[in-house]
Amino acid sequence: MPLHFELVTPEKLLRSEEVHMVVVPGSEGDFGVLEGHAPFMSTIRDGEIMVHKTAGGAPEAIRVEGGLAEVTTRGLTVLAEKAG
Amino acid sequence: MASLKALKIRIGSVKSTQKITKAMKMVAAAKLRRAQEAAEAGRPYAERLEGVVARLAAKVGGADNAPLLLSGTGRDQVHLFVVATSDKGLAGAFNTNIARLARRRADELIAQGKTVKFYTIGRKGRGVLSRLYRDQIVHSDEPGDLGKLTFDSARGYADDLIARFQAGEFDVAHLFYATFKSVLTQEPTEQQILPVKVPAAATNDTDGGAVMEYEPDEESILADLLPRAIAIQIFRALRENAASEQGSKMTAMDNATRNAGDLIKRLQIEYNRSRQAAITTELVEIISGAEAL
Repeated sequence: MPLHFELVTPEKLLRSEEVHMVVVPGSEGDFGVLEGHAPFMSTIRDGEIMVHKTAGGAPEAIRVEGGLAEVTTRGLTVLAEKAG
Repeated sequence: MASLKALKIRIGSVKSTQKITKAMKMVAAAKLRRAQEAAEAGRPYAERLEGVVARLAAKVGGADNAPLLLSGTGRDQVHLFVVATSDKGLAGAFNTNIARLARRRADELIAQGKTVKFYTIGRKGRGVLSRLYRDQIVHSDEPGDLGKLTFDSARGYADDLIARFQAGEFDVAHLFYATFKSVLTQEPTEQQILPVKVPAAATNDTDGGAVMEYEPDEESILADLLPRAIAIQIFRALRENAASEQGSKMTAMDNATRNAGDLIKRLQIEYNRSRQAAITTELVEIISGAEAL
């Protein structure tokens, strides 16, 4: 089962896609989110989000600044002031 | 009656004015489309952030240590009006309508014995308000082209307002802007931005039966989030303003083009009449000359 991942900035909805895993630079440490993660909310420090499209594939790095990550049963939503 | 030459020149000048207003209308139409798209693109972020703030505020809000931005100063004496208009005119009643609403609300509050201060974003709004409330304008800014505003500038306004709020300069802040309804209607709108008004919580804390975990704790997340929520509200208002300005400009320029067309028609008739009168006079002169022989 893929994880639904959304990356949103004030300017626009940057990403909305199904991925395998996302590693988020939380303010209290990095955390990886897979499908079925428990509901969770964390602030993000400025850094890079690693998006793993497939298991074992090379991750894609997206730089984000000033944000918040929210994991719900619907997937992972990252709200960032700046991204890209 | 004006001479033929003068009329011809007049018609020519009105025609070129019409060309300009027509071009401006077309430019406004193109910019409007872009501004509308931009306003829509920002919606997902605002909605999600609002949801999170609502959920957190419902949890933390009642507590004694609730953040100042949420609970307010507890007073209702000094009001700050953030009036967002544009820097440029030629947009019909766009700027006037926003300023008028702000003025009406200000007079109401002043009548109740409250103090009202102004924080203007946009030269046109400042122009109108400074005539009446010169000494109450605490800050004014000229954002330039509304369509090109970034989130950073909205964040800048938000940070400035928050700093002033925390310094105790005012108790309540209202934001004035025009909501874009359609090309023909833009509604002047007032919105309270400080202290943050919590939208009714749409979802509760449990998600699919599981309890949400927070990292760090709810209070810290909320403290981090509130300035951002204010910034996004300002950003959204500025984006709405950008769309409204272009819509208003389009309508105004459409009217101007039509007026110019009417004027050209009238002048053309006058020109034709004068021309015919001149020909008739000439003919009469020739005929009477021939008869005299």
